[in-house]
Formats: sequence, C-alpha cells, structure tokens
Amino acid sequence: MSSIIEYIRKSQIWRSVFRHPAPYDRRNRAVVVLTNFFLHLHPVSVKKGGIALSYTWCMGGVTFFLFLVEALTGVLLMFYYRPTLEWAFTDIRALRDVTTLGIMREIHRWGAHAMVITVWLHMYRVFLTGSYKPPREFNWVIGVILLVLTLLLSFTGYLLPWDQLAIWAITVGSNMARATPFLGHEGPGFQLLNIGGYDLITNASDARFLLLGARTVGEETLNRFYIMHCVAIPIVVSLLIAIHFWRVRKDGGISQPL
Amino acid sequence: MNPHPDLTAGVIRGLGWLYLLLALANVYWSVRSFKKDGYYERLFGIDHVPKAFGWAAYASILLLFACAHLVFSSSADDFMIRLPEFFKSNVDILIANPISYFVISIVIFVAMVVWRNWWVEPTIAWILFNMSVLFLALSMTDYDFRQIVGKPDNVPIVAMLYLVGFFTWLYFYKCRDNDRRLANGLPPAEKELSETVLTWPDLVYSEMICMVLLTVVLILWGVALPAPLEEPASAVKTPNPSKAPWYFLGLQEMLVYFDPWMAGVVLPTVILGGLMAIPYIDFNKIGNGYYVYEKRKFAVLTFLFGFLPLWVAMIVLGTFIRGPNWNMFGLYEYWDVHKLEVLNNVNLSDMFWLDLMRQPLPRPDSTAAWYVQLVTILQREWLGLVLIVLYLVALPPIMALTVFRKFFARMGFLRFMVLANLILMMWSLPLKMALRWSLNLKYIVAIPEFFFNI
Ligand code: HEM
Repeated sequence: MSSIIEYIRKSQIWRSVFRHPAPYDRRNRAVVVLTNFFLHLHPVSVKKGGIALSYTWCMGGVTFFLFLVEALTGVLLMFYYRPTLEWAFTDIRALRDVTTLGIMREIHRWGAHAMVITVWLHMYRVFLTGSYKPPREFNWVIGVILLVLTLLLSFTGYLLPWDQLAIWAITVGSNMARATPFLGHEGPGFQLLNIGGYDLITNASDARFLLLGARTVGEETLNRFYIMHCVAIPIVVSLLIAIHFWRVRKDGGISQPL
Repeated sequence: MNPHPDLTAGVIRGLGWLYLLLALANVYWSVRSFKKDGYYERLFGIDHVPKAFGWAAYASILLLFACAHLVFSSSADDFMIRLPEFFKSNVDILIANPISYFVISIVIFVAMVVWRNWWVEPTIAWILFNMSVLFLALSMTDYDFRQIVGKPDNVPIVAMLYLVGFFTWLYFYKCRDNDRRLANGLPPAEKELSETVLTWPDLVYSEMICMVLLTVVLILWGVALPAPLEEPASAVKTPNPSKAPWYFLGLQEMLVYFDPWMAGVVLPTVILGGLMAIPYIDFNKIGNGYYVYEKRKFAVLTFLFGFLPLWVAMIVLGTFIRGPNWNMFGLYEYWDVHKLEVLNNVNLSDMFWLDLMRQPLPRPDSTAAWYVQLVTILQREWLGLVLIVLYLVALPPIMALTVFRKFFARMGFLRFMVLANLILMMWSLPLKMALRWSLNLKYIVAIPEFFFNI
C-alpha cells in the first residue's frame, strides 16, 4: 500500500500538480504552505496563542467558510431558479418538492443565517481582544464594510423565493429608504430639491425607487435584487475578503500581546 | 385519546432528542466533575461521596425523561411535565410590556457585569446553561410558544442566543484570570503561548476539522429543518405583523420610538460610522491582543451595552414578542389580532402650548410663503429644538469638563467630540424610550410639514 502511494507521489503527473515533496519533515512542511495556492494565504509559521481556538473563536474562518458554502450552493441554485414573476416562486417550490438535491436551498438559507451570526461573533471577538487597535485600525474598517455587505447579501437574497415572507420583509425594510433625508420622498428636506416649484424627489425618483427599480416591490425589484445578490455584492465581498486577509498578514498576523 | 392534540408525536420526539442531548452533555459533565470536583466528606450517612454523584443522578433522570419521550406509546400526560399556568401568565405579564422588558434586560446586563467573577465559575455557568435549556424544553410544550420559537427562520436566533451567551461567558472567564495577572504586574495568559508553530500541520489540520464539522452541521440542519416557503407573493394581502428579516428587527423596533428617517436612516448610519470610528477614538493602548476587562472598562461596557441590550435583546423582542399590529405578546400568549393597546402619545409642543401655556398651538398659515410658515413652525416647536440643540451641542463640552475630564485631556478636541456625539446618539434610544413610557411623549420636535419629527 505505502509503496503504491510512494509510486504515485513520485510520478511525473503528481509532481507536476504539487510542486513539493510530501510534508513529512520540517522543511517540506514550510514549503508546502509557500507553494500551494490555497495554503499560501497562511504564513509559514504562526504564534500558538494566535491560533488557539479559545482566542480567535475561529469565527473569521467560519465566516469565510460559510461564504464559500454560499457561493457553491448559490451557483447550484442558479441552475434551477429564474428571477421572473412567472417562475421565481414555482422554481423554489420545485426545489422543495421535486428537485433532487433540493436540500441545497436549505443549506443556502441556513448558511446565510449562520453567516450573519458568525460575522457578528467575529466582530465581537475582534473587539473584545482589542484587535482593532493600531496597527489594525484599517482592517477593522474593512471589516465593518464586510459586515454591511453580508447583511445586504442576506437581505437581497431574502426576496428571491418570491413568497409572502419575502416581499413583505423587503417592503418593510426598503420603506425606510423613502424617509432618507433629502433623497426620500417622505424624508425631511426633500422639498428643498426642487426646480421652479417641481419636486425633483418624488416616489418615482427617490432613494427607494433606486433600490427597488419601481414604486413598489415588483418584477424590476426582483431583477435588481437578483443581480445584486448573485453578481454585484459577491464580487465586491470577494475582493474585500482578499484585502482583509492580506491586511491580517501585513499587520503582523493575528493579534497577540506584545 | 391524546388530550393535547397540539402536542403531535413529532413534537414529543423532538423534545426527547433535546433531553437526550442535555443528558449526554451532563454525562460528560459528571465525568468532568468526578475528575475535578473532589468528594463530600459525608452525605446521607455515607462517607467519601464524589461530588459528581449529584450530576450523575441528574443526568440519569434526564435520560429517563428522554427515553419516555422517544419511545412513548401511552398518553403524553403520563410523563410530560408542563409549565404551570401561573408561571406562564406571570412571565407573560413581565415580558409583554416594553418597560419591564427593557428594565429586565438592563438588570440582567448589570448583574452580568457586577457578578462576572461569580457566574463565570464553570459549575455556576453550567447550572445556568442547564436552567435555560430546561426552560426552553418545558416552554416547548406550550402551543403558542412553539408557534413562534419553532418557526424555521427563528431557530437560528435561538442558536445565536446560546452562542452569544457562551462567548460572553468565555470573555469574562478569560478576563477573570487576566485582570488578576495585570493587577499583579504579570503579562496576560495569552503571552505564554507566544512560541511559534508550523502552519502545517497545526493550523491547517484544525481548519480541516472545522470545515468537516461545519459541513456536517449544515447538512443535518438542512435535513432536519425545511426552509420556509409561504404562499406566493401578493401585493394586496399584507401580513400582520409585517416583519423585516430578523437581523434588522432591532432597527424595526426603533421605529416604535423614532420616525423612519431616524430609525431607518440616521441611526443605522450613525451605528456604522460609529463602529468604523472605534479604532480612531479608542486611545487606550492596553488590551491589544488579549482579553481584559478592568483596564478597558469604558470601551468594553459601551460596546457590550450596544450589542447586548440594544441589539440582541431588541432582535429577540422584535422576533418573539412583537405580534399583530406591532403589539407585544407574551411568550405563551395567543397572537390575537384584536388585542387592543391604547396609545395616546402627545408631542412636546402640545404639552407646552396646550397644558402649560393654555393656548392653542401656533398654526402656520398655509397660504403664506414657506419662510413665513417656517417662522411659525419654529415658534411652535422652539422648546423641542432648543432641547435637541442642547443635547447635541451643549452636552459634549459639559461632559468634557466633568465626567469625561480625563478622556478629554488625552483625546484632544476632535476625537472627544466624535466620541461624545456617538455616545449621545446611542443613549438617545433609551432616553426616548424612557420619555415615551413616563410622559407618553411622541415627538420632541414635531414638524410633519417637513417630515421632520424627532
Ligand atoms: C465576511 C466577513 C468577514 C470575514 C470572512 C472575515 C475573516 C477574517 C479572518 C479569517 C480573520 C483571521 C482571524 C480570525 O479568524 O479571527 C480576520 C481577522 C480580522 N477581522 Fe475579519 N472577517 C470578516 C468580517 C469582519 C468584521 C465585520 C470585522 C469588524 C468589524 C472584522 C475585523 C477583523 C480584524 C480587525 C481582524 C484582525 C484580528 C486580529 O488580528 O486578531 N472582520 N477576519
């Protein structure tokens, strides 16, 4: 058995995929982290206290993992789901009733809830360990943006099943936008933005309209939220996570007492 | 015949699983206690009894309970324990009332901080945990409780409460040790783990294990709990209550006290801006990279206050307790659409002009130019406007000269002003709540003509 493994490891194919010998000794354990794309996110060596589970709670890592799960299950769901008034609801119901592996939807939904919770907990631990203090101030700011985007991802996804739960939750949530100061048609000061007595801000041009693409939650909204949910926000989040991780390393690794 | 038609076999078995998990957890705890807790000299006339005995007995009772639920064939009444009605109705009275709800959450918060070194003791914390699970399990026998807590989308919130509770415990537990160390001039405990280890295998392996466990959890969760799908969307059938997604229910709760432009736009912006500002206004160098409480009390207390009573407790309120017409309902109360709550809130300008001056409110002449109207409006609302300006402009300097003298000296003008305004914004919510409850105050400044109500 072990000779077969040895044979495979020595083959040209294996060596072309993994550029390093097996991580059996100290040197190669360092090399594996440096030369493997997925592992090179990490430094070669870390402080023991920095990776202690009771210190980091692993919540940043769990959030990242959940993001990956969401991306994977989300792409699978996109194969089955059409964001139109005609199909959205039926497609989701089919996922429940007939589609093999319809459990993807469950995993996607619970994963999304879990991700919101773990982002909060990650932030909680970063605060409680004072890890936002210099030199990590800016990474905290990136984190807050990631927090907002995580909530927006969840919020835009909430609409897609197009059931009662979905449209009314989005209606309640987006109603706030019409009260935006100056930019909402029921917000303080919107009357100031007018030309020759004509209001620039109406229910067909205000912040809520921008969000919904219509005066009420409708087909345009579904399309808009679909694109935000499946394309726009995930791209931005991926970019920011990359910067976030980059900064964790550039700022000296996971924080530890000096 | 089953005397409790609502207690379906599925529910009873579900409870059985819950008791089984709790029993297993307590088996673990008995073993731990056997190793750590030592012996009673003499108990019931027997010498040298392990303290773990009590836990073992408790675990066996739970196990019996679990079995009874899991393999039941007779009437559920033979083994079910249900909460007594007087308990339920008293809990409901306390919870279905904004004042007592908020006061209780503040009291728990204060007790948590004041007695932190007592309750973080593992045995005490374990007892508290057991009590909360038993409370949950017993409450699950109530129909109305199950309707709301058992909703698939609400299950994550229960999980979140346990996670937040656990991590808050972990924080204070670590602080007990570190606070003592720092007081004695020793480095924090985290310092002792400063040796370096290789990423492979130490970090990579624990990441792998984490991922596998999480995948299992997600799949089990997905199998056990179907994702909700209600009726197809209909723009004409408004559900009552209409709720935002659960993570925004803290914000929706603020709508009770503030208009949408404040609760939905200004305050969320302030929260996010405030979070981003934290690293730039916290000048305290202590506590970077380890858990401490004593030496960064102010920062930690502010954050905990914002996160626990003002965010998490508000989400719980919005999810479990706000029912039809946004009325509050007890945990064991039926969500009656016709429940009546009398609301007659008055504006500060009404109080001033009608009650104090005994004359009608100045009324803007709707035919006059807008600036003429504005003058009348300002005259009508002058008291509220002055109060708001005092709160936001006059209070910060006063804070700088009194309670926050030391902060001001170390932070400089700009930093301090940002801090003071953020704190005041945060306190505006509990203050407005208190004014509503004590004076039935609706708006401090009420200018509906310009959608400007505070
Ligand atoms: C999509 C969301 C996020 C992901 C995937 C993520 C991921 C991570 C990971 C994997 C780490 C390494 C240490 C650890 O696991 O604790 C980390 C560190 C950090 N995160 Fe995040 N994070 C997210 C959101 C946030 C948020 C909301 C904040 C704060 C507002 C934040 C602030 C930080 C800071 C300051 C560090 C450095 C901590 C240290 O060095 O100890 N992150 N993040």
